[in-house]
Amino acid sequence: MNFLDYAPAPESQAILNLRSDYGLFIDGEFVAGRGTPFQTINPATEKQIAMIANANAADVDAAVAAARRAYTGAWSRLSGSDRGKYLFRIARLVQERARELAVAESLDNGKPIKESRDVDVPLVAAWFFYYAGWADKLDHAGLGPNPASLGVAAQVIPWNFPLLMLAWKIAPALAAGNTVVLKPAETTSLTALLFAEILQQADLPPGVVNIITGAGDTGQALVNHPDVNKVAFTGSTAVGRAIARSVAGTDKKLTLELGGKAANIVFDDAPIDQAIEGVVNGIFFNQGHVCCAGSRLLVQESIHDEVIDRLKDRISTLRLGDPLDKNTDIGAINSADQLRRITELTAMGEQEGAERWSADCAIPENGFWFAPTIFTNVSTSHRIARDEIFGPVLSVLTFRTPAEAIAKANNTPYGLSAGIWSDKGSRILAVADKLRAGVIWANTFNRFDPASPFGGYKESGYGREGGRPGLAAYLKPAPYLKPAPSRPRSGTAPAASATPAAPAAPAAPAVSARKKAAK
Amino acid sequence: MTSSQLAARLAPRDRTLALLGGEATDANLRRYLHGIPGIDAVGLEQRAADLGSRSIKTTSKKLALDTTIGLIDLTTLEGADTRGKVRSLVGKALTPDAGDPDCPRVAAVCVYGDMVPHAVEALGSAHAAGTGNGIAVAAVATAFPSGRASLAVKLADTADAVAAGADEIDMVIDRGAFLSGHYGRVFDEIVAVKEACRRQDGSHAHLKVILETGELNTYDNVRRASWLAILAGGDFIKTSTGKVAPAATLPVTLSMLEVVRDWHRLTGEKIGVKPAGGIRTSKDAIKYLVTVAETVGEEWLQPHLFRFGASSLLNDVLLQRQKMTTGHYSGPDYVTID
Repeated sequence: MNFLDYAPAPESQAILNLRSDYGLFIDGEFVAGRGTPFQTINPATEKQIAMIANANAADVDAAVAAARRAYTGAWSRLSGSDRGKYLFRIARLVQERARELAVAESLDNGKPIKESRDVDVPLVAAWFFYYAGWADKLDHAGLGPNPASLGVAAQVIPWNFPLLMLAWKIAPALAAGNTVVLKPAETTSLTALLFAEILQQADLPPGVVNIITGAGDTGQALVNHPDVNKVAFTGSTAVGRAIARSVAGTDKKLTLELGGKAANIVFDDAPIDQAIEGVVNGIFFNQGHVCCAGSRLLVQESIHDEVIDRLKDRISTLRLGDPLDKNTDIGAINSADQLRRITELTAMGEQEGAERWSADCAIPENGFWFAPTIFTNVSTSHRIARDEIFGPVLSVLTFRTPAEAIAKANNTPYGLSAGIWSDKGSRILAVADKLRAGVIWANTFNRFDPASPFGGYKESGYGREGGRPGLAAYLKPAPYLKPAPSRPRSGTAPAASATPAAPAAPAAPAVSARKKAAK
Repeated sequence: MTSSQLAARLAPRDRTLALLGGEATDANLRRYLHGIPGIDAVGLEQRAADLGSRSIKTTSKKLALDTTIGLIDLTTLEGADTRGKVRSLVGKALTPDAGDPDCPRVAAVCVYGDMVPHAVEALGSAHAAGTGNGIAVAAVATAFPSGRASLAVKLADTADAVAAGADEIDMVIDRGAFLSGHYGRVFDEIVAVKEACRRQDGSHAHLKVILETGELNTYDNVRRASWLAILAGGDFIKTSTGKVAPAATLPVTLSMLEVVRDWHRLTGEKIGVKPAGGIRTSKDAIKYLVTVAETVGEEWLQPHLFRFGASSLLNDVLLQRQKMTTGHYSGPDYVTID
């Protein structure tokens, strides 16, 4: 026996208590959907986990109506500190049920248990804790005193981080005083429904959060619903465009977090071992199903060969297989559709003349799998250098000077994230300053924190999630109130001139200040 | 000819000089050591933590525990050491688990120089005596642990231990010289101690070079000191004396393993690594085994390429081992103290 043939160490599924079918979570209760139910499968085995209800337009209507009732009747009337109490309670329940949520997430999504256990679920709790703290401090959200919530938020989230994206959406919305109708992705509804159970456990007032499941048409009905005040979407650029079009001309506020094709720039003075780790983490974390994945490696030509050698050695040690095994590094691709897309794009890469290398790992018989792959000899015109593959595929390009690195990094319609690897602080700052990307990591990659805003440039979308900007996305300035007539002052002349005496006069400066803050 | 072919072809001393591009002066060494890519501390520690989260269960755990025992340098380095104490330590090395004759033996016993004759005597026919079979005797030398003595004293200390039958010498580097940039002095001292390890028959005791990473403070320094020790001819690089905190840590050991991996890539030569001090539990030891296997490869999990410098670790491993056989934990009174 070889030491490196680690014995199987599967996380037990005994902790799960799943139902065979799940309804829609509307008004605090699970109710049957009116559409045709669909199955959710384990992408590692292709076996059915449960049947999921399908929400049609009438169900969407019911969910939005429930959210509206909860907004006007309960949630918007609660004090910030009371809303915070619910959020803290949710955060603690997420921690209490962390193991169960991690197992369910890996089962339904295919991601390795070590990621759902050590990254996804802890971040979910962190997000709720963070925004729980904001709930009674909205005066400091940057919109002036007493900002107002928006109303009902329609939220549509992707399948790559099902529970984490839910937390990114729900936590700030509730902290700001909105109510929510959320639609998880079709292939990964399970943890959102377990989260609905947590909401029941937390005794959240009915209708404050509604979770409806279904495919694209359900999402479409939701974002197009006339009684929705805010739309937040994370997903593909094509769908994001369609949503932007449908929302145009309405007074719905919109944030979009879309695709990416991030450059991970490795300079010749980089801390090489950590850079290799960062490149591996950048593209193979979550099987590359990450919108901010470092899918383009830009490496300085002088160290190209060495970096590729080291990279191949390191990738060869990655363990692909059962997502529930605690030693698995690369899990299953989430769906047959996604696997097809990855396969097509990589075939295109070979056709266009890039050189392919894939790790030599055994691929399980059932389920959807893709061996970690890197392409060298890639030029900027290749499709694998331009299109988002959303899989464990890295395209390697070279550069000679910092200026060329910046030009190539920015030469993409996307602009979500970027990475810089260098031991030289001044270079990191100078390069970061010129990269057009929402998040730039220096000597690290794929690090998330609830206090740090996240979002894109260009076709990667607009709006920010996380931090104070993430809160402001669910708020508007306080409605304009006619100021009280000023009392006669005994103050000095400068003070008097700073505060105009005429009752109507303050309106202009006050409004413009608010407008500025709202931007 | 590429530099790696060049490096592999030449004799060790010539190879070092070729790599440095001149004599081992402070300036040449500085240029070489400071040209090595730096270490990002956050990334290194994160990688070490990732490796530490591997889950080694059932048959893998059994293998890991047995492997660990075979890699231990069972150590006593106290001012209060006596012949009796050393005999007791050797007894433990020979029979780690009195209740299980199949339990593997440790790799070596590690003692102060003046205790070497007692260790050799107590080992008797079980003494490896340079053969690779049996239990080796390792002696700390060169004014261990501080290294604050003249070169002549350090060399005499070393030669004395070798003459008394030590198979391995654990020397300390002059950290003061290293930190003040006198790399040449550190280099020359290692070369001289290696020479003092030579026996009359031309063979030489294995040289482990203790970097005392707790005093070097930064990972960049650890990396440079590791390269320096290997360039000067060390057979092993060792983290710590055990007398300074922090002693061995997983990130420090990982950074040293990376140097060993890169040296192997460059020259084809295999250098050993010995974390020492502070590794007390099976759980910790297994993290080290994982780190070794996934960084340099599992062929390093052999006594001539990897060691644990430890004393209390052995009994924890034995308790875990008993638990795997019997299914329940016993207690400290079911393993022997040395």
